[in-house]
Amino acid sequence: MKEYKTITEISGPLVFVDIDEPVAYDEMVEIETPDGEVKRGQVLESTDEFVAIQVFEGTEGVGQDASVRFLGETLKMPVTEDLLGRVMDGSGNPIDGGPDIVPEDRRDIVGEAINPHAREYPEEFIQTGVSAIDGMNTLVRGQKLPIFSGSGLPHSDLALQIARQASVPEEEDSEGGGSEFAVVFGAMGITAEEANEFMDDFERTGALERSVVFMNLADDPAVERTVTPRMALTTAEYLAFEKDYHVLVILTDMTNYCEALREIGAAREEVPGRRGYPGYMYTDLAQLYERAGRIKGRDGSVTQIPILTMPGDDDTHPIPDLTGYITEGQIMLNRDLNSQGVTPPVNVLPSLSRLMDDGIGEGLTREDHGDISDQLYAAYAEGEDLRDLVNIVGREALSERDNLYLDFADRFEDEFVDQGFETNRSVEDTLDLGWELLSLFPKAELNRIDEDLIETYYVEGESEAEAEEAAAAD
Amino acid sequence: MSQAEEITDSGEIESVSGPVVTATGLDAQMNDVVYVGDEGLMGEVIEIEDEITTIQVYEETSGIGPGEPVDNTGEPLTVDLGPGMLDSIYDGVQRPLDVLEEEMGSFLDRGVDAPGIDLEKEWEFEPTVSEGDEVEAGEILGTVEETVSIEHKVLVPPRSDGGEVTEVNTGSFTVDEPVVVLDSGEEIAMRQEWPVRRARPSADKHTPKTPLVTGQRIQDGLFPLAKGGTAAIPGPFGSGKTVTQQQLAKWSDADIVVYIGCGERGNEMTEVIEDFPELEDPQTGNPLMARTCLIANTSNMPVAARESCIYTGITIAEYYRDMGYDVALMADSTSRWAEAMREISSRLEEMPGEEGYPAYLAARLAQFYERAGLYTTLNDEEGSVSVVGAVSPPGGDFSEPVTQNTLRIVKTFWALDADLAERRHFPAINWSESYSLYKDQLDDWWRENVAEDFPEVRQWAVDVLDEETELQEIVQLVGKDALPDDQQLTLEVARYLREAWLQQNALHEVDTNCEPAKTYKMLTAIKTFNDEAFDALDAGVPVDEIQNVDAAPRLNRMGVQEDWDEAIEELKDDLTEQLRDLY
Repeated sequence: MKEYKTITEISGPLVFVDIDEPVAYDEMVEIETPDGEVKRGQVLESTDEFVAIQVFEGTEGVGQDASVRFLGETLKMPVTEDLLGRVMDGSGNPIDGGPDIVPEDRRDIVGEAINPHAREYPEEFIQTGVSAIDGMNTLVRGQKLPIFSGSGLPHSDLALQIARQASVPEEEDSEGGGSEFAVVFGAMGITAEEANEFMDDFERTGALERSVVFMNLADDPAVERTVTPRMALTTAEYLAFEKDYHVLVILTDMTNYCEALREIGAAREEVPGRRGYPGYMYTDLAQLYERAGRIKGRDGSVTQIPILTMPGDDDTHPIPDLTGYITEGQIMLNRDLNSQGVTPPVNVLPSLSRLMDDGIGEGLTREDHGDISDQLYAAYAEGEDLRDLVNIVGREALSERDNLYLDFADRFEDEFVDQGFETNRSVEDTLDLGWELLSLFPKAELNRIDEDLIETYYVEGESEAEAEEAAAAD
Repeated sequence: MSQAEEITDSGEIESVSGPVVTATGLDAQMNDVVYVGDEGLMGEVIEIEDEITTIQVYEETSGIGPGEPVDNTGEPLTVDLGPGMLDSIYDGVQRPLDVLEEEMGSFLDRGVDAPGIDLEKEWEFEPTVSEGDEVEAGEILGTVEETVSIEHKVLVPPRSDGGEVTEVNTGSFTVDEPVVVLDSGEEIAMRQEWPVRRARPSADKHTPKTPLVTGQRIQDGLFPLAKGGTAAIPGPFGSGKTVTQQQLAKWSDADIVVYIGCGERGNEMTEVIEDFPELEDPQTGNPLMARTCLIANTSNMPVAARESCIYTGITIAEYYRDMGYDVALMADSTSRWAEAMREISSRLEEMPGEEGYPAYLAARLAQFYERAGLYTTLNDEEGSVSVVGAVSPPGGDFSEPVTQNTLRIVKTFWALDADLAERRHFPAINWSESYSLYKDQLDDWWRENVAEDFPEVRQWAVDVLDEETELQEIVQLVGKDALPDDQQLTLEVARYLREAWLQQNALHEVDTNCEPAKTYKMLTAIKTFNDEAFDALDAGVPVDEIQNVDAAPRLNRMGVQEDWDEAIEELKDDLTEQLRDLY
């Protein structure tokens, strides 16, 4: 292996080296400082005279006297089923004091795109036990459904609740059949405290055994963050498509990942796009998110729940914006609901699951699921609108119908959404609860629900108007 | 993608940075297709400066390094045109994805070439010319049954000089075997090639006069698109761009649909691949795929191929237009295409224009949309290409460059609205922001084919919706009950217009497609309610009683009626009777 001592420039996370033999794009590099520290990096630009290297562990301590070795291969993740139960740093080195990892295979972390023709369309309902998700924004296997949060909101609790409770109802019934469930957790730039919270919960619930954890903490080098999610996803793909696991990948916090991208872009003096983020951020994020999915003829699946904190709670910021264009919906957390003590503070109105329609209904969840969620949406949206009006004219000035909608909106938040992080509701319970709330309205108001379903499920006695009418009829 | 026959020149890689590679020692022209590196990755020349040729590579460049060879084919990026394109799914450079799956498994590997149409398959050729006929470029030589729905017409290539037919072959042939020979010695096969970045020639371009019927009430009824027209659908994420596009692909009355998934989600393309073969073409009853060609470059596929997929799609569309078909092309999303341009432009260190997009963004968009139109083809038939481009403005802000530059070109604008989507009003097309400049020129068609008074009824609906928008501002301040009775009633009518007519459930088997006659009839039912209700109000009936007539909520269920003609007629009678009973 050829060693160079020809570093010409060091700038932020980048090192420029003169070379005399060609080096491949994306090739791995080791840089050894005079005091023996070895840092790893990757070729970002390769010409016949020099290469630009992005150093994962930061360039601290690297000088022009450091030596540079090119490893002749791109970055690979050693994968094996034994990774389950292990904790690694952001570059895939074990940090739990366990034995060395004996890989069954070494996989390129960039990953190849799944041929759309080879994909299987996701339509298997995953029950998360959270009404705001199951009832209104259903998650299915192979989906990528991010949580859009803000700083200080309990997104970690929600992610943990999903990881703990996620199940597929039918497979529980048919014992033995189906694939096992695994969690791959990729942390990027989160604080040690948050990390501990996750680890404690994993250990408390015994989830660690079926989890693979990658930890890049806030004080770890930022550039390493660009590698962590790829390590996590490479592991997830291996477990899903080689070992038939149903893998749930939780990536937190994507905002830190994007900051790292921006840092590298700035160091390379690239022409920046919106708000200084690189113009290729869409493509880069897509290469992560699109690794969710199912493949024809294979039993496993990769489902992604990336978490991102929206700077200033602004969903038009480039990070949530580009994410929303790639992912199949989003779960929005809301600061007002959080301060009202609603847990999880999910605002269902701007939340969305694009794959919901194909994952619910007769044979999958229940025949009334689609209609009832539409009606709940419409009614809650109307109640929300009226709240603005109440602030101006007061409740007394509103009609009886309007007051009904206001009552509904309050009860919807208090009973349907606010269930706590420990409650695990079956989808039937969620839907029944929905009917109970909707039955506040007279039947004629339920214009989005099929008449037959109203006959079957409407809870008599909840609506005063309906009761009066019945009394009058007698 | 067509197969390169020979290598004209070879050079060497000088540098690699993402999808952009520079090479030295290569004798090339702009836009020549080259093969890069030991693995032979496909690329295209995008800049030439002195010794150095810059190439955008259509595949992932990891592991490629300086010193590796670059081979020039000396030809621009071309597509294969011939029978076998329908019922296919291609990537951005016309490689069939099913063939790629066979060759490299579930994941897309690189360096694999595949012809755009099956070279082995034999097609039954039925000539329509005979020996001794004089033929010119663009003329039809014969037909092939490509799918159950579409008869493929074999044309004299546009660049041919034509001449006298000296030999005609009947029977089964592969696409490369000559079916007709001309006196000039030119052998014409079913397969031809065309460079994607150049519009195919035609005789003339006209003003479109027929609507592209989409089966969607708000689009057909309020903001129609003409056959040969252009439309844009901008909207923030989650507002239903893709569903709207797919509805058009499913229900529009075009002969051929070319659907380009440009930089979008893999699962969405899979949905199309799984759904379309099972759906029925509303025109013919055959499977929908029999008239559809899909091009899928998902967001994680190489960015340079995303730049080219739009051109691949429109070239295929033009080819079917030349046979005299009405083609509808859906591009979802043109913003991803523009971003691919931006990404490559920034790797080239070009001086950026607005928001980092290259200065030629507007010109490229205009060139693309100008390839749409109602044409007289070279052989004097009429064919059209209608283009519907989705736009994904960052943050839903329509003032950004891609939306703005698109709006300067297209004549139909379907503005999607996040607010509407949030309350599950679908299609979430905002009726006060959207427009169609084709409205007037299409009125004659509606008068002749649907109803003499359609334009007037439509105008009535528009007026009611406009009035509602104004009244809503007051309602926000004082509440609905503070309004006078007639205005309350207007709000009620507008609510039915929105909920019963503008909203349409794409997932409901009946409501998903609404023929023009039904669109019109539903509107007249709401107008009946309006007219009778105001008569009742004038006669002194309180507005509460009018709103509560039993038949009124049935307006909301008109869309899902299968035997709508009867049901709506009955509803109109009931409304009239019940409202007249009030006084």
